[in-house]
Order: sequence, then structure tokens, then C-alpha cells
Amino acid sequence: MKQSWQYKIFRVFNITVLMFIVFVTLFPFFNIVAQSFSSEAYINSGQVSLWPKGFNVETYKQIMSDTMFWINYKNTVVYTVVGTIISLILSTMIAYPLSKTRLKGRRFLTLFFVFTMFFNGGLIPNYVLVTSLGFGNSIWAIVIPNAISVFNMLIMRTFFQNIPDELEEAAIMDGSSTFGILFKIVLPLSKPILATMMLFYAVTHWNSWFPAFIFFSDKELFPVSIYLRNMIKGAEATVGTGATAADNMVQISANIKSVTMVLTVLPILMVYPYIQKYFVSGVMLGSVKG
Amino acid sequence: MEATKKVKESIISKSHLWTSIKKDWQLYSLILLPVIYLIIFKYGPMFGNIIAFRRFVPGGSIIGEEWVGLQYFNMFLNDPTFYNVFANTFILAFLLLVITFPAPIIFALLLNELKSQLFKRFVQTASYLPHFFSVVVVAGMVFEVLALNGPVNSLLASWGFEKISFMQLPEWFRTIFVSVDLWQTLGWGAILYLAALTGINEELYEAARIDGANRWKQTIHITIPGILPTIIVLLILNIGNFLQIGFEKVLLLYNPLTYETADVIATYVYRVGLESGSFSYGTAIGLFESIIGLILVLGANYLSRRITDNSLW
Repeated sequence: MKQSWQYKIFRVFNITVLMFIVFVTLFPFFNIVAQSFSSEAYINSGQVSLWPKGFNVETYKQIMSDTMFWINYKNTVVYTVVGTIISLILSTMIAYPLSKTRLKGRRFLTLFFVFTMFFNGGLIPNYVLVTSLGFGNSIWAIVIPNAISVFNMLIMRTFFQNIPDELEEAAIMDGSSTFGILFKIVLPLSKPILATMMLFYAVTHWNSWFPAFIFFSDKELFPVSIYLRNMIKGAEATVGTGATAADNMVQISANIKSVTMVLTVLPILMVYPYIQKYFVSGVMLGSVKG
Repeated sequence: MEATKKVKESIISKSHLWTSIKKDWQLYSLILLPVIYLIIFKYGPMFGNIIAFRRFVPGGSIIGEEWVGLQYFNMFLNDPTFYNVFANTFILAFLLLVITFPAPIIFALLLNELKSQLFKRFVQTASYLPHFFSVVVVAGMVFEVLALNGPVNSLLASWGFEKISFMQLPEWFRTIFVSVDLWQTLGWGAILYLAALTGINEELYEAARIDGANRWKQTIHITIPGILPTIIVLLILNIGNFLQIGFEKVLLLYNPLTYETADVIATYVYRVGLESGSFSYGTAIGLFESIIGLILVLGANYLSRRITDNSLW
């Protein structure tokens, strides 16, 4: 097909714009990678943008030999694993019954869950509840109150609904119980959705910082996100929870901050090729209303 | 006659419910624990809002000490800071709606014009990346990129402009905040539109080409109407979440120097409640915001049902 000259100009313009978007999107990331490998003098004189200057890996060695960094890093791993398991189990326990159209009270129960998506108790009542349950300074403060994402649960429900009923009916004929069907038929067939949900929840837990920020005062319990947060906002006073007075005194160099940021996002980058594929299909599933 | 019939019916339906519970007890027992969980951790705090009307003392009763009525509501109505944070919240929410809502649509349309699938996938994959970064890392990057000796200021200096201490100036906060939001959501927000675009019937374009419509006319008359239902649904969802502007990001990016434009309702609630310990006062402000939010959601859902026959519940 012949193209008009206007359309040819548009296509050149389009490719230029999109290249520019890609550049702007990736720039901050490459900038911190470059800074993390540069020496402080070059960063301070504003010479580092996309390529390291005064190549230096000393800071990496320094951060990686910081015991507190590793304690916090390990905490993040533990919180992510425990949180993801709890979230997955709870979501399955809701999504499976709600996927059964024959279930009496299904509409009401769905509304009961969906309502919490749009109205929540607010910051302070949540804080009062969690602290009065004695969850402060414990893993439960961050993995329990935010365990369920109703949005994710609805995606799972849609997936379960699309499993052909015939498969389950055959199992009922063979005398399987509901639990038997769930474990022997439904869950093995749902591996793709379980993998997607696992990644959804794992990324959320990995990136979470605010609950730890308000509920933790013990440095040994901080996730790495708080370690990083206190570095970035190091010069400022905070509530007393989250950050301590000692690290308010130190001005931390851009080089050290960049190294910490790179180390924090590294696991996300390593799984990125997989997560982006799963996430896209997850979002698509979510858009199909059940 | 009528009455006995009704009673009979209700007995039948009750026994019907009972038999279905007996039959499906395993399904109900699965959902029981999550329901209890939800009552404690989601509905519990909703009830906990009672402390907006009762004086709360940290360490005291979790439902407060004594009834004070609307005292805390009167307090914020007479608090000049409240009006400031209220205005800031609405301005930021409005800017996000008019800038970061339409941007992914345009981005999806531009991607749709690419001939090379490889290049398209490359642009898409790159554009999703910021969505997966922790908001703490995002804030860290913003501080680095906009630092006085950072790349943006170096560029300004090389063009002969003065350096700007972006993060300390209230007049820059909104621009920075909206740009960061745009940076995080542009690619991710385009996914659903791209899906809708692939669903448009190719024959429509074929027919338009035969009629001599150029690409621009095809976009106006076929492509945009094709994704319009998706746009409307997402617009309604966005209106429903109007006030949710990303309070964690504000908390990380602002500082006392930029409170003037950066402080929003949620960050004010955080400072009043958790930093200064005025739990009841903070709860009252938070409850006020939640109620406005709920009205927006219900309104958006009503609109959605009227316009698209599609409702959230």
C-alpha cells in the first residue's frame, strides 16, 4: 500500500518520540547504576550521567560487608516469603468458594470483600488495632493486615470459574470431597494463575516499606526498604519509629545511596523478564469480569 | 391464605438454605477463616473510627475514653492547615486525572502505529520497568536525578541556566510529583488499551482503506471508537479513586520546606496522628476523607451502570 508523505513524516516522528520515552524511562535507573560505580568526586562535580567515572567498586564491598544491611536484606526475604505464602493461601480460600455460582450467599460475600477495596478504616484506626493486638515490632504487623488484595482475589476467582465443571463433576462421581477436588484437580490446573499471584504478592511484599516504618522501632527488624529510606531521608527527623536519632546526623553520599538502591532492586530486575510476562496476562485476566 | 403461603415459602427457603449449607459445608468452612480475618482487620478499623467522636488516649481503651461528639470535626474546620492540605489534595488529584489518565491512551495509540513488532515489544518492556520499583527506590532516584549536582542540573548549567534545588522549592513539587507518577504509570497503564486495540476488527480498517480514508481518519473513526468502552470504564474507576494520589510517595518526596504545596490530607493525618499523637483528631480528618472517597466511588459506580451497563458490584 502506498503511504502519503504526511504519514511517512508521522512515522519518523513517532519512532523519535517513543525512543525519547524509552530513554527518559530508563535514564534514572542507568544513572544510579553509573553513580554506584563512580567515585564521589565525579558525582559531586556533576559529571556522572549514564557512564561511571572514576570506576570504583569499593562502596559495593563496603555496603556488602555492613552487617546491618545483610540483617535487613535477610528480613526482607523472610517477610516476602512468609507474606506471600499467607496471602496466597488466604486468597485461594476466598476465591475458590466464590467461584462456585451455586454457593448460597455468594453475592453478599463478594460484596463483603469488594467493599473493603473502596472503604477502609484509615491510617490511625489501623495503627491502633495492630498495636493493640501486640503486633508492633513483629513480622505479623506487616504480613497480616495487608495479606489480601481483593483485586488479586477477583482475578483468581475468574480463573477458577473458567475451569470446566465437567472435570469436577467427574470427580464427584468418583466420590471426591470438595477439598479433594480443590487439591487434586483445581489447584494443579491453576498453576499459571498461582504463579502469577505469587509474583504479584511477592513484588508487593518486597517493595513494602510503610507498615515497617510505622510499626518497627527495632533496627534489627527493618526490611531493606527502611534501611534505604533512612539513607535517603537521613538528614530529617522522623517519628521516632522507623529512624533513629543517630543516623540523622550523617549526610550520606550519593554513591552509597546508589549502591543500596541497585542492590535493593536487583532481585526485581532478575525476575523482571518473567514477571512482566505474567503481570501482563494477570492484568488482562483481571479486566475480564466474572 | 397469603400469609400462610408466605410462611410456608420462607420455611421452604430456610430449609433450602440449610440443605445447601449442609451440602457445601466444606466450601463455607474454607471461606470462614478469611471472613473472620476481614471482620477483624478491615471492618474492625472501620468501627475503630469511633475514636473520631471519642477522646482517645494512647495506651487507653481502643475505643476511646469518653464521648466528645463533633469536637474534633469542629477542630479541623477551624484549622487553617486543614484547608491547605484539602486544596493540595484536590489540585494534585485533578492534575493526575487530566495528565496521567490520558497519557497511556496516547502512548498506546503511538505504539499501535509501529510496524516492527520487535521494536514495539522493546518499548513496552522498557516502559513497564518503573512500575516494579519500590516507591522508596523511586524516591531515591528522584532525589539523585534532581540533586544539585545531578544530571538535570548539570544539563541546565551547560545550557547556561541557574541550578535549581528542585526538592526544596514548593513551586516545583507538583510538577515533580505528576512527572514521577507519569513516569511510573505510562507503560503499565497502556496495557489494557493495547489489549483493546488488538481486539478491533481488521476488516473495518480494510473497508476504510477502500473508501480512501487515511491513517488519521482511520484513527479518529475506527481506532478511538474501538477503545472507547475501555477508556470509559477506566475513567470511571479513576474518578472513584480520585483522592488516592499515592500518599507514600508524597511522604517520601516532601519536606517541611515544600509543605505549602506538597502536604496532602493523608500526610497531614499521619503527622497529626502518629507523629504528634493526636489520634482522635487525625482519625476525624481521615474519616472525612474516606467518606468523600466513598461518595466518589458510589457516584462513579452509579455513572458506570447508567453509561456502560457495567458496575463494580
